[in-house]
Amino acid sequence: MSEQSEGDITLDEICVVAIAEAFRGDGEVLCNPMGPVPVIAGRLARATFEPDLMLTDTIAYAIEGNLPFGGDSSDAVIESYMPFRSIFDQVWSGKRHVVMGASQIDRHGNQNFAAIGPYRKPKAQLLGMRGAPGNLINHATTYWVPNQARAFSETVDVVSGPGYDRIAELPEASRSHFEIRRVVTDLGAYDFESEDRTMRVRSLHPGVTLDQAQEASPFELTVTGDVPESRRPTDEELALIRDVFDPKGVRKSEFR
Amino acid sequence: MPDKRMTEDEVIADLESGMTIGIGGWGSRRKPMSLVRAILRSDLTDLHIVSYGGPDVGILTASGKATRVTYGFVSLDSIPLEPHFRAARQAGTLEDFMELDEGAFYLGLMAAAHRVPFYPTRAGLGTAMLSENPGLKTVTSPYADGEELVAIPAFEMDAVLLHMNRADAKGNGQFLGPDLYFDDLFAMAGKKTYMSAEKIIPTAQFLDEGPVHTLRIPRVHVDGVIEAPMGAHFTECPPDYGRDEAFQKEYAATAKDPEAWAQFRADWLELESHEAYRARLNERGLEQRGQS
Repeated sequence: MSEQSEGDITLDEICVVAIAEAFRGDGEVLCNPMGPVPVIAGRLARATFEPDLMLTDTIAYAIEGNLPFGGDSSDAVIESYMPFRSIFDQVWSGKRHVVMGASQIDRHGNQNFAAIGPYRKPKAQLLGMRGAPGNLINHATTYWVPNQARAFSETVDVVSGPGYDRIAELPEASRSHFEIRRVVTDLGAYDFESEDRTMRVRSLHPGVTLDQAQEASPFELTVTGDVPESRRPTDEELALIRDVFDPKGVRKSEFR
Repeated sequence: MPDKRMTEDEVIADLESGMTIGIGGWGSRRKPMSLVRAILRSDLTDLHIVSYGGPDVGILTASGKATRVTYGFVSLDSIPLEPHFRAARQAGTLEDFMELDEGAFYLGLMAAAHRVPFYPTRAGLGTAMLSENPGLKTVTSPYADGEELVAIPAFEMDAVLLHMNRADAKGNGQFLGPDLYFDDLFAMAGKKTYMSAEKIIPTAQFLDEGPVHTLRIPRVHVDGVIEAPMGAHFTECPPDYGRDEAFQKEYAATAKDPEAWAQFRADWLELESHEAYRARLNERGLEQRGQS
C-alpha cells in the first residue's frame, strides 16, 4: 500500500470521497458508517450532495450539523433518539445504508470479519457476526477495505455477510432488499453492476493502473469498458475533510 | 410492600451449576460486574451464559465457569476483541457456543420475554450463522408468501443479572444513561431476575433522578435488588461514571499470560466481597478518576 499523493490530495481523501459517492442518491435514510474514513465520508456526503441523510453521533442520538470525527457531541442538536434497539428496528425496516469492514472478501461479495480458520476453533477469532447477516439482507451495504491486497480472497473462511452467489440461491422475497452498493479499497472503487454480479472495477484511484489493482487481487476483477479515475475531492470537500470533520487527521491511521 | 434487597452472596446461593444465566448490558457497558465476580468466587460450574458479551463473558469463559455461551458479540468496545474470550475460542476450550447476528439476538430475548418459541427473521440466510449452527432452524411462513425464515429460538434463562443506575427496594429499576440496551427484555425473560443498582432510593425520588421514560424495569419482573455502588466497574455506567480504560487495559493484557491472569484474579476479581473491591479501588484512587 503506497502513499499515493496527487499534488496536494492524499489517498485517504480520495477514499473518503469514494465512500461518500456510495451514498449518492440515498435520500432520506439512516447512514451508518463505522470507523474514521467511513464516518467522515458519511458526514461529507450530507454536508454536500446528500443533505437528507440521517447520521448518528455513534452513541445513541441522531444529530444535526457537521460534527468532527471523535468530537464531543454534547452540544450537537439531537434530531432523534437511536439506542441500539431502534437501530435494529431500523435495519429491518430497510431505510439504512451501512459501511462495514471486511477481513476477507471474494469476487461475489462474500465477506468475513468473523474468524480466520475453522469456525468452531479458529486460528484467529475476529469480530464475529456482529450485524452483518441482518444488514446485508435488509438494506444497502458498502464495504471499506483499506488494504485490498490483504483482504481480497479467492474464498472466505467464514461467511458473515453473504455475497451475490449465495443470495441468488434464495427466493425472491428473501433477497429483494439485498444490495452491496460498493467496495472501496486503497486502490479503487468496485461494484457488482456486472452481468454475472461479480466484483467490477468502477473506478481506480489516481495513479493506480488496472494491472496494479489486478495484482492486488487473487480473483479476476471484472472490467466493463473503460475504467474511469476515482473522483478527486473538490476544494469545498477538501476544506470540510481537513478543517471540519477531521482536523486531527485520524483518517490517516487506517492506512497502516 | 415487598422488600427485595439482598446481597451478591445471597444471589449466588439461589443459583446452581449447569444453569443458563443471562447478563444484561452491552459489551463493556453497564455490566453487573459485582455479581459476575460473585459467580467467579463461587463453586458454580458448567454455566451457560447468554449475553451481548463484554468482560462478563471474558471472565467467565477464561475461568472455565462458562462452558457454553450464546452471544451477539463479545467486545470491550474501546478494545474491539475481548482478549480472554478470544483466547478461549482459539484454544478450542469453548466450542459450545451459538453466535448470532446482534439484531437476531434481540429476537431471542424478545421471544423468551413474550413466551413464544421463536421469532422469525431473514438475518442469517446465506451465512455461517445458519450453516455453522446446527441448533438453529428455519421456519416456513404459513401465509401465501411461503417464505423460509430463520427461527431465532427463545433464550430460556434460569436467572438474569442486570445493573441499573437506580432502583427501589421493591425492584423497580431506572437507567439514566443514553441506552437501556435490552435489559427490560432480559428482566422479563429470566425465570428469576436479580438487579444490582448504583443506589437504592425511595420510590418517590425516581423522578428527581430522571424523566419518567427512564423507569423501564418494572418490579413484577425483578426478584432481588442489590445495592452496589461502582457495581458496573470497570465497564461504563453513565452518568454515574465512565469506563475505567486504564483498568480495562490491565485486565485485557492479562489474557496473554496465565500468571498475570492468576494474579489479576487474586488481586481484583476474587476478593471476598464487593465492599472489599471498592476499598481496593479507593486505595488506587480509581473511584474518583472513573467518575464523570
